[in-house]
Amino acid sequence: MREDDGLGPAAAEAIEKLDIDGVTVDSNYQLTVEDSAAVAEHDYVVFVDAAVKGAEPFSLTRLTPKRQESYSSHSVEPDAVLWLAEDLFAAKTVGYIIGIRGYSFEMFTETMTKKASDNLEKALDFLESFLNSKSFIRAEQEYETFIKRIQKI
Amino acid sequence: MATTAKQSRKVTIEPVTRVEGHGKVTILLDENDQVTQARLHIVEFRGFERFIQGRPYWEAPVLVQRLCGICPVSHHLAAAKAMDVIVGADTLTPTAEKMRRLMHYGQFFQSHALHFFHLVSPDLLFGFDADPAIRNVIGVAKKFPDLAVQGVMMRKFGQEIIKITSGKKIHGTGAIPGGVNKNLSIEERDFLLKDLDQMIEWSKGALDIAKNYTVEHLEELAPFGSFDSNHVSLVREDGAMDIYHGKLRGIDFEGNKLFDDFDYTNYRDYIAEEVRPWTYMKFPFIKSLGTDDGWYRVGPLSRVNACDFIDTPFAEAARKEFMAVTDNKPNNITMAYHWARMIETLHSIEKIKELLHDKDLQGTDLVVKGDRREEGVGLIEAPRGTLFHHYKVNKDDQITMANLIVSTTNNNEPMNRAVEGVAKQYLSGKEITEGLLNRVEIAIRAYDPCLSCATHAMGKMPLTVELVDSDNNVVDRKSQN
Repeated sequence: MREDDGLGPAAAEAIEKLDIDGVTVDSNYQLTVEDSAAVAEHDYVVFVDAAVKGAEPFSLTRLTPKRQESYSSHSVEPDAVLWLAEDLFAAKTVGYIIGIRGYSFEMFTETMTKKASDNLEKALDFLESFLNSKSFIRAEQEYETFIKRIQKI
Repeated sequence: MATTAKQSRKVTIEPVTRVEGHGKVTILLDENDQVTQARLHIVEFRGFERFIQGRPYWEAPVLVQRLCGICPVSHHLAAAKAMDVIVGADTLTPTAEKMRRLMHYGQFFQSHALHFFHLVSPDLLFGFDADPAIRNVIGVAKKFPDLAVQGVMMRKFGQEIIKITSGKKIHGTGAIPGGVNKNLSIEERDFLLKDLDQMIEWSKGALDIAKNYTVEHLEELAPFGSFDSNHVSLVREDGAMDIYHGKLRGIDFEGNKLFDDFDYTNYRDYIAEEVRPWTYMKFPFIKSLGTDDGWYRVGPLSRVNACDFIDTPFAEAARKEFMAVTDNKPNNITMAYHWARMIETLHSIEKIKELLHDKDLQGTDLVVKGDRREEGVGLIEAPRGTLFHHYKVNKDDQITMANLIVSTTNNNEPMNRAVEGVAKQYLSGKEITEGLLNRVEIAIRAYDPCLSCATHAMGKMPLTVELVDSDNNVVDRKSQN
């Protein structure tokens, strides 16, 4: 991994260790078309990845399934994975994406920057509570409440 | 497209779609719209051969996986094989070798399935001139949903094998110098066995699609980007196809051996690499034949051509059908790569079935060591072709030299010839349509190139861009070193 590019896998590893009831965790180099099969087996999916820009410490966005006309199957966007899950497997999986803000993606090392590590900690706090409560329908509200709370601290 | 101030015209396809990695094709037309030249430029530079120097040797099998997100397992295993030599492990335990083989066949299965269903099938199912809006994997999913599901599930199955055998999905660590770090549990074996028969049936179905398409369109496909060529691949001692280990064999376009099957440790006695100024990718060639005649093809077409037989029944029957098309002489039809690739997909799943029923995979003897050496070579047949990893290690356990000839690099000259041939056949004197341009890309896609892997060397990268008019005057030139 290159520094803060490891935020996604680090988050997945931490969540997996929590062993939250009803939650399965998967982690990979990149999304590909067969991830649609795994997504289709679930009611909700949360994609977690490093973000090179955007909200700090992390953002949460609801995804809309979208047909992708990329020139490459080398990687597939999360909303296209949702679209394939719906189109191929008739799944109605609801998807969210959490972008954990990273800052440095240059060095060939598995160590993250301090700021990114702090952002990861906050994202994990949110994820643990969010996944345990299973309040997926209120995901955006949960996120807003969490961000307001940590900003007051 | 760009039009120069003079009469000639340069047409650029960038990026090349539906291949792994990024490349650029440049076609030069004269004032009569005749193709004068076409080239596949590789614009990526990665630098692995240089920055891996200084790292401890045991990191190599994990580090080199960062070369590519599509075929990391091939690099993992090739580096592990080289490091086996470094640590003096001349013969692995049965458990170790079979775990690595299972990983390798799993990789072949998923890589070939991905390429066929998601990169190639849009052209075969919709036709070369179909609307680009539907001529893609999403279009296949819309019109042929069963086929799209099969492609997804076959790829998923192969990925599960990789995850189970290498320890994890991202940058697995299963293969280590001298062996492996895990065996296959009964639970893991049974998990894989439950979908196996379905995978065999789907592989046969995919093979039928590729075979029937080729046979039905043979008249059109035979000359399409095709040419007589040498072929190189690993073969087992008895001449059987073996994608994990063997001797290196080279044959000419009629099947005559170019050299005796040799121990690949000595590859530098037979194979050299040429650097050309207009691309970062090098040009390997057989030394005894020189740069002009020594280029060769690798990959599924070459493996099926070079072997004497395949040791799994369904794939062997398929190979015989394949060879019958060219009267049991090597098949030099470029589009036949897809048919050969599906033969290998079937062979891979047959081998996976054999291995899953082999109790050695539950063995506990995983690693061997012997006398330490300073140099190691590991060759393997990756999905795209023969992959060479060569390292030197000092007494402080640091890598001091790395030379990688990756699969797609071996096919560099053939791909360029295919591009130029198709461009001359289909673009000269005609209106430039998207379908015509796509034919050039189709010729490249037949090789299933991984352009991300193929540029990994630092130090020799002269690149010059020239614009040449129809009077052969250089109207502009830029160089970088």
